[in-house]
Formats: sequence, structure tokens, C-alpha cells
Amino acid sequence: MTDIPLRKMASRQKGVIVRVDAQGELGRRIRDMGLVPGTTVEVQGRAPLKDPVAVRIRDCTLTLRNNEADQILIQLEDKWNE
Amino acid sequence: MNEHLIAIAGNPNSGKTTLFNALTGARQRVANYPGVTVERKEGSCKANGREVRLVDLPGTYSLTAYSLEELVARNVLLTENPRVVVNIVDASNLERNLYLTVQLFELGIPVVIALNMVDVANGRGIEIDAAELSRKLGAPVVETVARSGNGKDALLAAAVELADKNAAWTPLRISYGPDIDPVLDEMERKILAERFLTGLHPARWTALKYLESDEDVIKKGKEANPDLSSGLEKMADGVAAHLQKTFSAYPEAIIADHRYGFVAALLKSGVVKRKHGADRIYLSDRIDRVLTHRFLGPVIMGFVLYALYYFTFTYSEIPIGWLEDGFAALSGLMESWLPPGHLRSLVTKGIIDGVGGVLGFVPLIVFMFLGIALLEDSGYLARAAFMLDRVFRLFGLHGNSFMAYIVGGGIAGGCAVPAVMATRTLRSSRERLATILTVPFMNCGAKLPVYALLVGAFFSENEARMMLLLTLISWSMAFLAAKLLRSTILKGPSTPFLLELPPYRLPTLRGILIHTWERAWLYIRKAGTILLAVSILFWALMNFPELPESEKAAFDAKREAIVAHLPEDLRAVALEGELPGENLPEEMTEVRGKLLAVDQAQAQAALKGSVAGRMGTALEYVTRFCGFDWRTNVALVGGFAAKEMVVSVLGTAYSMGEVDPEEDASLRELLAKDSAWNPLVALSLILFTMLYVPCVVSVVCLAREAGSWKWGLFSAVFGTSVAFIVAVLVYQGGQLLGIGV
Repeated sequence: MTDIPLRKMASRQKGVIVRVDAQGELGRRIRDMGLVPGTTVEVQGRAPLKDPVAVRIRDCTLTLRNNEADQILIQLEDKWNE
Repeated sequence: MNEHLIAIAGNPNSGKTTLFNALTGARQRVANYPGVTVERKEGSCKANGREVRLVDLPGTYSLTAYSLEELVARNVLLTENPRVVVNIVDASNLERNLYLTVQLFELGIPVVIALNMVDVANGRGIEIDAAELSRKLGAPVVETVARSGNGKDALLAAAVELADKNAAWTPLRISYGPDIDPVLDEMERKILAERFLTGLHPARWTALKYLESDEDVIKKGKEANPDLSSGLEKMADGVAAHLQKTFSAYPEAIIADHRYGFVAALLKSGVVKRKHGADRIYLSDRIDRVLTHRFLGPVIMGFVLYALYYFTFTYSEIPIGWLEDGFAALSGLMESWLPPGHLRSLVTKGIIDGVGGVLGFVPLIVFMFLGIALLEDSGYLARAAFMLDRVFRLFGLHGNSFMAYIVGGGIAGGCAVPAVMATRTLRSSRERLATILTVPFMNCGAKLPVYALLVGAFFSENEARMMLLLTLISWSMAFLAAKLLRSTILKGPSTPFLLELPPYRLPTLRGILIHTWERAWLYIRKAGTILLAVSILFWALMNFPELPESEKAAFDAKREAIVAHLPEDLRAVALEGELPGENLPEEMTEVRGKLLAVDQAQAQAALKGSVAGRMGTALEYVTRFCGFDWRTNVALVGGFAAKEMVVSVLGTAYSMGEVDPEEDASLRELLAKDSAWNPLVALSLILFTMLYVPCVVSVVCLAREAGSWKWGLFSAVFGTSVAFIVAVLVYQGGQLLGIGV
């Protein structure tokens, strides 16, 4: 499969969320911020210390830490087009 | 019924507060929600000849009650029964904003949608068919631009019109898919049959909350009807187990997906038109590429902070001068009005010097707040939190702690009280406690006058640089203390960091002025109330008990001796201290000087004999290790009431030792000249002031927020111990090395 966790995405790489593994509070928070399956995500950049990561979704920019990004599974766009 | 209660709801950064300000103007007040310390903004305005009361709900992304803000927003809607909710929606970020809208519809409350920032959306090539959106949602949609106030009257009119109808709540029914819908329907039937919580919220909504395992609703349900409640919980568990097996997903996740699905379907059907592809890079992103750049970002951040200082200290100097002159004039006026004695002393030395000495720094605080409001409203502060989260985590804190630190005085000039309240965005009690306990190390507005005084007197060549250094020290101390706390008494894992970076916006002048004014007013009010009382208390402590009559007589005898050789008619004038300052014969100048010295000696003796003086003297045994004499000790004791008091008590202490009203030396110059002072003592005192026990108000607030007086006491002891250790190390170390002595 071509699914990779959001943490592994490179800057400017784009993909679609296929699964959010987080549950409970973190899961709820992730969804409330709009990170749900089917959403297109583009990594915009990382903080100077490589963490947290900034992503663009639905016309806005969100930030999350790498260990949170681990819980979000992405299908990369280029593979998706194949 | 001629008053409507209308609630304003919306996501953070959707322009909610701007619109609220535009609608209510000066007719607003800020308080706290009862029981919790979430800010409650209320205002009123007139529309259709009616009085409308507006409540600005805390900004939320959802009504799932994840945070205290969400819970509060939800409870206002459920318990205060506003007629209408005005839902502010950011048109340039419609999809995410409508998630909250859907939840409002599910609740059933009548909604008017303010499609805000249509100008920004249009600029991005996004066109929204408001009429179509209104038709699809079955609710009025009004286009607004909060920054300019465009559309606010139409919005208000639409809200009032809907409120006038006084329609019943009609909850929106969304399909959540074949796994959830049947169970939801059954739960709804059971709830309706037993009228379970139906006075509070719609039946289907209650069922939904059981499926979402909403703690707050389930708790209320258990109290209302334990049997039915556990029955509903069992049904929810059944669905959860089934979904877990088939999709490995939780009901709340499926519900959220369907809500987003509903929004997406809505927008796809001709509501939104995009001129450009989604790949377009917005100006905001371009700016971010520079401002949050790996190397440039931190450099720019440092530069921004330095610029803030430079701006604050350079430009506040002039109005500070005006205020100082004004208070000096007022003091002079009072001296000429009031007869000599205790009343005159109380008014001039106690009240005007005490309160005026602090209010004199208001321009500095205003300028600092102005700078922070600019950073905050432009969206830069969120970037700073983003860049710094990794560092914060290193010390067991959270990127959001940054906000609390900033409000507390992270760029100098805040207040620990709102900062402690700002920690409420932190979910983990350990991170929150660690932040609460270390926020008082920040350089709050009340410490600035102390720094300004001492830095001005001893480090005047490097004022801006020195202030930056003090900021760095206060951050380091807060970090080290936080690390210490998080690895000892507050051990535990960290909480998620999910934050929106709002697009950069040019702040509105009005918004910045309101922000600045709110904070400056908090400072002034504190100076006007607590400080007035404390100034009077301290004046009393410093004036009583008076010198015994025998000592007074001895000083009088000395004066008599000095003037003995003068002609009879000049003696009285000399003793009254009314010799003119200029064109005196040399002989008289000498007499004047001698008299002054006696007066100062007497004032010194009087202060030292007073209650405050005795306290200060007793503390010298300990504080001499930091280089403080009894006068500094008196000032520091006063600083427990409010840190500003360190300056005003020092002022009182020194102005009592300096009697000649013609000699208008400011406290700054006085200290610079005094032999008991040198840069090392000043630095030691600055650091002690930075770290020791927070002011009374902060301790009270901190104890309340932390949930126990134990923490209030802990904070006082902890801070003072740290302060003492640091001051002793600096003073003793400096003396050993011979620096600044």
C-alpha cells in the first residue's frame, strides 16, 4: 500500500487522509479541526526544530506534533493518480 | 417582551469579536461565567426599537465539549435560552466553519448565519452564493465584513426578525449511516417516552451525545434517570462494539465524518464557486515561508521582540514625562492647600506619590500592550507558539503555554492574573499547573516600573538591551522551574498540540485600541483600587509609631543651635524651611544645608522607628546576603501587595529622607547617587523582584485556578525561595568577582 503516516510526508507533498487512528480526546480534537478521512492535506512546512508540522487543509492552516501526525494515515496524491 | 437575548457563536479567528465590537460599540462589559473563569462578553444595542442583549460565546470549533470553552458555549445555548444564535462563519474557510454550524442546527436553535470576510474570500477567488446557502440550510444568511462594519445592520435586522417569530426549536436530522441511524431512532423513542432531559435539549440530540460518549450529558442523565441512562449507555456500547469490529472505528468518528459529509454535499451543490484551483498559494503562505523559516524564523522573532522593546521604551518616555510633571504639580497644589501635618503628609507622600508613581508608568504599559495587540491581531503570536512548541515540550510544557506566558508578560508588560486564566486552553492538569506556577516569573506590567527605575538609574546606556536580557532571564527561570516541577511533583505525559494558524491579517485600528484599552484599564483599575488602599496602609506603617518626644526635642535642639547666631527675625524663617533657594548670602546657604541634613536625619530616624522600618531592619539579617538594606526590604514587603509598590514604597522611603521641596531630584537620580546602591545591588533587586512571591491578587487567582490553597501557598514559598537563591548567587558572585560594585 502507498499509505504513509502524515509524519513521513515531505514538505509540499499532498495527499488524502484515509484513516485517523487516534481515539478519545485526541481523536475528537483532530476531527473537530477538520482532519477527517477524505480530506486533502498538504504539508506546508515544519517548525524550525522540525516539529510541529504545519498542514493546509480546507483553506486553512493547522499545526500538529509529529507524534500526533503518526496517527493520521495518508494516501499520497501522486500514487493516487497512477 | 421587548428585550431579546442573542448569542454570537463561531470559530476562533472568524471575526466574531470584531463583529461584536462593531455591533455593540462602547455598550459592552466583560465578566466571567459563573463558576468558571472563561471570559464572558456581553453588550447591547438597539434594533427595530428593541433592546437587544448580545452574548459573545467563547470561540469554538465544535460543541463536543472537548474544552471548557466548548462546554461553556454549549451550556449558554442550553440553559440561557437565547432566542437566536448568530453564527459567524469565515467565508474564506467555509467548509471547516460550517462544522460548528451543523452542530448548532442539530441542536435546533434558530440560527442566523453571518457570512463574514466575504471580501477576503472574493480576493481568493472564492464566490459564495449566499441565497443558495440560505435556501439549502433553511436559515437567513447575511454577508458581512466585520472589519469595516459592512452588513452589520442587515445582520442585526435579520436576527431580530427571527427572534420576533419566537419559533420553536426544530433540530436538523442528519443521517449517520446504516449502523447508527436505527439505534439513534430507537434511543430517541425511549428518551421521548420517558421525557428524559427533554426540558434541557432535544431527544435526538441527547441520544447523539450518548453515542458520542459525552461525559457532561451522561453525567446529567445519570442524575435524572439512572435506569434509562445506563440503558442508553448499553445501546451506545453495542454500536461501538459493532463498529469496532466492522470498521475499526468509533461512533463519534463516524458521526463526525457524516457531519463533514453533510457540509461537503451542501457546498458541492452550487453554493461555492472557485475561480482558481485549490493549489493557489496565498499571500499568507508566502509570508509564512519567510516568517517560520527554519533559520530566518527565529532570527526574525528575536528581532520582532527587540523592536517591540525599542518602540515601547523610546516612545513612552515623552508621555511619562508629562505624567510625572502632572503629579508633581498636583502634589505642589496640595501642599499649598493643606496645612502641614498628618493629612498633608498622607495626601502628598502617601496617596499622590504612591499611586502617582505607578500611574506614571501607564504610557509604558499602554505602548507595550499596543505592540502585543498588534502581534496578536495580525496572527504572528500563533506562529510564535508554533515555532516554540518543541522547545516548550522540552521543559514539560505545551506550545499553548506560550500564550499564557505572553499574556503574563513574556514580552514584558502583562499580568499574571489573566495569564493564569489563559492556561485554561491546556487540557492536562499537570501541564496546566506547571504553567500556572511558572507564569508569575514572567515580567508582568507591575514589575516594569521597578525595572524601568533601576535600569534607568544604573544601566541607562543599554536600556533596551537590558530589558531584552531580563526577558530572556525570566523565560529561562520559568523554563527551568517548569522542568523541575514536571520531573518531580508534576510528572506525566504531554497533551496534543493542535492549533490553527490564522491567515495574516492587517489588524484594525479599532481592534487594537480596544485590546490595548482593556488591558491598560485592568492595570489602571488595579493601581486605583488595591494600590490606593495599600499606599495608605503603607503610609501608616511608615509613619507610626512616631519618634518619641525626647528624640524630637533633641533634633529641635540641634536646629536651634544651628540658627542661634542668626538675627532674631531670620531664625523663624530658617526653621520653617522657607529660605529662598537663590541669591542667598553664603552664610545662609550653609545654614540651610545644615538644617536640611538634620531634617533628613530625623526623617530617617522616624522611618527606621516605624513599624515598616522595624520589619525591614529585622529582615536585614537575611537579605544582606542579597545586598538589600532595610529600605529595600520595606519596599519588597510592600511588593507582595502589588509589585508596583516596590517603586512607590522606595519613593516614599526616599522622599521622606529628602525634605527640601525645591530639590526636585527624581528617585532615579537619587538612587544612582546613593552610596548604598550600585549596579550589582540593582541587578540583585531586579532579579529578586522578578522571581519572588506573586502579588496577592495573583496568589488568590492562582489558588482558585489550581483548585486548592495548597498551590497558592506553594507558589509563594517556591517563588520566594528561588528569588532568594538567585539574588544571593548574583550578589555574592558579583562581589567575589568585583563586578559592578
